Amino acid sequence: MESIRIIELKESIFADNNADADRLRGQLKQQGTFLLNLMSSPGSGKTSTLKRTIAALQDELSIGVMEADIDSDVDAAAIAATGARTIQLHTGGMCHLDADMTRQGLTEFGTEDLDLVVLENVGNLVCPAEFDTGAVKNAVILSVPEGHDKPLKYPLMFEVADVLIINKIDVLPYFDFDIQKLTEYAHMRHPGLPIFPVSAKTGEGMDAWTDWLRRQVAEWKQ
Amino acid sequence: MHELGLVNYVVKQVSRIAEENHVAKIHSVTLEFGEVSGIVTSYLYDYWNWYTKKFPLFDGAKLLCEEIPAVTWCDDCKQTYPTVQYGKTCPHCGSGNTWLQQGNEMNIKQIEVEDTREGDQNGE
Ligand SMILES: Nc1nc2c(ncn2[C@@H]2O[C@H](COP(=O)(O)OP(=O)(O)O)[C@@H](O)[C@H]2O)c(=O)[nH]1
Ligand SMILES: [Mg+2]
Ligand SMILES: [Zn+2]
Ligand SMILES: [Zn+2]
Repeated sequence: MESIRIIELKESIFADNNADADRLRGQLKQQGTFLLNLMSSPGSGKTSTLKRTIAALQDELSIGVMEADIDSDVDAAAIAATGARTIQLHTGGMCHLDADMTRQGLTEFGTEDLDLVVLENVGNLVCPAEFDTGAVKNAVILSVPEGHDKPLKYPLMFEVADVLIINKIDVLPYFDFDIQKLTEYAHMRHPGLPIFPVSAKTGEGMDAWTDWLRRQVAEWKQ
Repeated sequence: MHELGLVNYVVKQVSRIAEENHVAKIHSVTLEFGEVSGIVTSYLYDYWNWYTKKFPLFDGAKLLCEEIPAVTWCDDCKQTYPTVQYGKTCPHCGSGNTWLQQGNEMNIKQIEVEDTREGDQNGE
């Protein structure tokens, strides 16, 4: 007799990815490498902020960058110009990175001697939030022209964020962007979320952000 | 939209579960999506049929999708209400101090399988 039966699972589609991500974080902890997952919409300033961040920290930390922007080497070239080690991940048109793709990228990269690896995730505020990459912390960038209502429209992204960078504050005079409202909305979704207003163009506010990051890396390496 | 990508995760995860359970063949996979999960299930079926052709384990396997209604909890009046109809504002007391209680899920609910005969020790 053929036996047909039902296996009840009731488990998240993301369960295996979450387990992969936890395993990867364990490996990173052992080798003392801090992985930062940088997420935002396209054009919010991930690459620009990253260039400033590298410049501020590269004397103290050995830094690597993994670029996952969809099939383009432009960002990798821009980062390589800072002197940091870079690798371009080819995501084959995927709208997000998962833990398995991140682990493969890190292996290819060789990260044992790096203190800090930044993953520039695919520009998208929706599904990268659903996939744990194995990063130690998630940083989200929101830029002034995008508007202060984004935490209401993309709640999950602000829930998974460990830190929020408001970029392009140099253009604040030209937009109805209300930082107070933004803070209120972001904290509704994520109480206590640290928020750093910066301009990757002028460098304003970058010190507070890089201090935060420096502390996180030091804590992870303890 | 990454509906298509989701199918790959489902196939990967179900394959692992099938192996652990000595399953020979999968008859159906039932997914459940929250009403506000943002998933458009109609995109899934064609891709499912095309993608699962590559896996003998999934030969002829049906994809079934169920919906979990979205329900929001009001922290002020301690009552729930249907999310899609009222959004963020509580219809009982007008508060905005509200949280999605369910409706965001993307789950593999169950799979209907046929066991390998050799591995089936409980056979009557
Ligand atoms: N005015 C202004 N423009 C910026 C700032 N940061 C980035 N940009 C510009 O925004 C565009 C997108 O930046 P980029 O770093 O490539 O964004 P990414 O797609 O998130 O990596 C570029 O034209 C940058 O020059 C900023 O702080 N102020
Ligand atoms: Mg970029
Ligand atoms: Zn995606
Ligand atoms: Zn209420």
